[in-house]
Amino acid sequence: MIRIALLVVALAAVLLASCSSDLPQSSLNPRSVEAESIDKLWDFIFWLGTAVFIVVGGALGYAVIRFRKRPGNEQEPKQIHGNTRLEIAWSIIPVVLLVIIAIPTLNTLFDLRSPAEGDFLRVEVIGHQWWWEFQYPDILDEDGRPLTTANEMHIPAGMTSELTMTSVDVIHSFWVPSLAGKRDVVPGRDTVMKITPDADIAGQMVPGQCAEYCGLSHADMRFRVFVDAEADFDVWAAEQLEASPIPTSGAAAAGYETFTQLCTTCHQAKVAAADGSVEVVGAALGPDLTHFGSRTSLAGAVEENTAEHLAQWIDDPESVKPMAPELNDVAEGRILGMPDYGLDERQIQDLVELLESWK
Amino acid sequence: MALTTTPDDLGYTPPSTKGLWSWITTIDHKRIGIMYAVSSLVFFLVGGLEALLIRTQLATANGTLVSADAYNQLFTMHGLTMVFAVIMPIAAAFQNYFIPLMIGARDVAFPRLNAFAFWLFLFSVVLLTSSFFLGGSPDGAWVGYAPLSTQIQEYVRMDYYSIGAQLLGFASLAGSINFVATIFTMRAPGMTLMRMPVFVWMSVVSSFLLIFSLPVIGVGLWQIFIDRNFGGLFYEAQASGDPLLWQHLFWIFGHPEVYVLILPAFGIVSEILPVFSRKPLFGYSFVVFSGIAIGFLGFGVWAHHMFTAGMGPVAEAGFGLATMLIAIPTGVKIFNWIGTMWGGRLTFPAPMLFTVGFIAMFLIGGISGVTHAVVPANTQQHDSYYVVAHFHYVLFGGAVFGYVAGAYYWFPKWTGRLMNETIGKWNFWIMFIGFNLTFAPQHILGLDGMPRRTYRYAEGMGWDVWNLMSTIGAFLIAVSFLFFIYNLIASYRHGKVAGNDPWDARTLEWTTTSPPPVYNFEEVPVVHHQDDFWYRKYGVDEDGRAVKLTPEQAGKPDVVVEEHGMHMPSPSYFPIIAATGVALLGAGLVFISSGPIGFAVIALGAVVALWGIVGWAAEPVTREMH
Repeated sequence: MIRIALLVVALAAVLLASCSSDLPQSSLNPRSVEAESIDKLWDFIFWLGTAVFIVVGGALGYAVIRFRKRPGNEQEPKQIHGNTRLEIAWSIIPVVLLVIIAIPTLNTLFDLRSPAEGDFLRVEVIGHQWWWEFQYPDILDEDGRPLTTANEMHIPAGMTSELTMTSVDVIHSFWVPSLAGKRDVVPGRDTVMKITPDADIAGQMVPGQCAEYCGLSHADMRFRVFVDAEADFDVWAAEQLEASPIPTSGAAAAGYETFTQLCTTCHQAKVAAADGSVEVVGAALGPDLTHFGSRTSLAGAVEENTAEHLAQWIDDPESVKPMAPELNDVAEGRILGMPDYGLDERQIQDLVELLESWK
Repeated sequence: MALTTTPDDLGYTPPSTKGLWSWITTIDHKRIGIMYAVSSLVFFLVGGLEALLIRTQLATANGTLVSADAYNQLFTMHGLTMVFAVIMPIAAAFQNYFIPLMIGARDVAFPRLNAFAFWLFLFSVVLLTSSFFLGGSPDGAWVGYAPLSTQIQEYVRMDYYSIGAQLLGFASLAGSINFVATIFTMRAPGMTLMRMPVFVWMSVVSSFLLIFSLPVIGVGLWQIFIDRNFGGLFYEAQASGDPLLWQHLFWIFGHPEVYVLILPAFGIVSEILPVFSRKPLFGYSFVVFSGIAIGFLGFGVWAHHMFTAGMGPVAEAGFGLATMLIAIPTGVKIFNWIGTMWGGRLTFPAPMLFTVGFIAMFLIGGISGVTHAVVPANTQQHDSYYVVAHFHYVLFGGAVFGYVAGAYYWFPKWTGRLMNETIGKWNFWIMFIGFNLTFAPQHILGLDGMPRRTYRYAEGMGWDVWNLMSTIGAFLIAVSFLFFIYNLIASYRHGKVAGNDPWDARTLEWTTTSPPPVYNFEEVPVVHHQDDFWYRKYGVDEDGRAVKLTPEQAGKPDVVVEEHGMHMPSPSYFPIIAATGVALLGAGLVFISSGPIGFAVIALGAVVALWGIVGWAAEPVTREMH
């Protein structure tokens, strides 16, 4: 019996020990006020559950060993039909345990669900099959357009960000286990969650991914959260509001030709001409590409953002992640993936040159 | 099978049991039970193969065995197959075979409806599985969340889902009504409700759960079907439809469904434990009433599947507390089972091994279930591998272990032969180790952030080792089932002859021959006790210990004198015709958007179904006996 108990405790220890830094997406590796409050609650119910398992499992194991039929023991057991007092007792014990669990559960729940207070950053999260759009409604450019980016969300460390989320197609779920419990992203509804990253994780990237099955490429609908020091966040935000230059010569200029012919069917960019005039080109059906070169990943954070990966992504998108562009209906706004336009090597390299230059 | 009475004495000639035709036309609850069991086992192989493909794909990071598209169909079909084509029918198999035997009845209340339910179940699963070859399988997960399930109308995949699940629900409904009617109206004299075996009680509860929950999902499935094929807007957010409505409708069915899968297994272990502990069930009425309580509470906790959907904290708190409540009757059951073993004289043949395994595994699944009720923790666990681990502990460690225990326990009654004990022990230990190796690591994977329903995962997430362990475990489970199937076949052919009562058991099914005659009992017993058969064999001495009665003490059991001979239903082929028609109708509906072929099949199905129903209605219920 003791051996079993030790085994359980050892297993439990392994489970808890696994919260180390080589588990970037672990809920047991909390790095925000919200995730820490959940983790604290989890630790409590985990040990309580382990205790219950040891006691009840121990009773079961004891019964199996102690009351096993032994050679020579032909005596029939006493025919006991029950014991009402005992049974009432073991109905009440779980009630007590559950009350003990329920109180911190409710406290934590209402804390987490309370609206953000004081100085907080608002972010709008929009789920798409199979990528994430982030808008910052309080960070506006000179024309009043909000800062818009894709698949990589930046938030400041040590302060609360309030995410208001919705979807343009099916239900997704926004999950960064180290920063918060998940929240579904539902078409036609707004859901809200708070994230207050620890001040001391400034500069860290925290990965997350869609947690509600959303079709073909659900597994590849990942994203990255960059927790910036407040000053770094302001620099980043200012850069992201800038337009990207329309190149006037070289490969990038040729790439811009292709960009405005094909890519702008779904993608959008805010560009500045040589004369300084700024315009927004394209449609906002796919990720905004204005500062594509500043991102660390592509294709829904499936690959690192390198020239080779980008070339492969343009050349043969479905070799990077599975999609269904044959079902796209641009007029209806239904986009299920990036089509393969059959561009030649030259055109691809030109586009890579352009997009990687848009820092 | 030695009959002491001749057919003339019975006033009844049993129908032939030879040849395929006798199976097609049978309305004998025992043969229908066997057909359910065999179908369940066959579909278990299908669902198991799907599971092995899934686990092989996930053995390493960035697996490439199957495409994302294939993977999504595989996990959807794995869920649908295991729930609707394996666990529900294996429960129905035991219920069909043993409810009448355990309550001292000659058959079920509606034998032809029983046959219809089986055939419709079988054809529906065949229709659903045929999708692999005809148009693609459902790929929207077994929960079929809208608007994903209504989104892509170019493929018929989710039409298979909406129609297939609809038909399966129809079949279950017919089966459930039949069980309830049987249990409430056909018990032997003296078999009061509180003398019924716990298995029968749990079957009443699970049947009622189905009767009340299936209509809800039925409505939802039609809405999905209408959205997909007739431009309905029930779940279209842009037209003010609400995707969350589907989740409510699905889980008002889906959560009671979980208890439908597990309650009959609760019943089975409640039968097996007393037999191998040589003690009555501890706290019979507590076990029965806690089962009923689970049934009622099971309807009040559905939204704990939706704690991340954005219901708001008040609703979440309410459903969290309700979910904690349901742990109480469930815990009571576990305590009573341990209480049954306490002070007994335990032996551990295979049925008992699987039963103890069931209790231990269900205990783990129950505890992880309570952690789901802790709403904030749930937001980390939901839709992660932690949940996958939890429900496999309940449905595999729980339900499947329970049904395998039942198979080892009742096999001698089905076949007249015992299953091989040595192979049975190998079967148990490999399955027990393989099961834990597969699903225990998944708890850790989920907490470490691995979402479910993902066809691949990246390197460097710290998930590789646990996934590999899990895959190895899955293959061990497969090996254990090879032992099981070999044991079934070999024991059926050469197993040790069992006799009527090989386990010295307690309930009425063991009073008749193995296998039982078509009419179950030559004479309908009169029941005086709970565990009546035990009290025909044993008395109690002044210490409260069981003592074997001498034949003189035991005397002759009380029986009913039937003045008019037996009334047994005759074989009929109309149930299978009606079921064929309904299934064809469904197949046509799947392809309704594909032009005239769909309508032609619908019309054909309607005609065949009508033929079956009219023929059924016009057919005399029983041949004249004498």
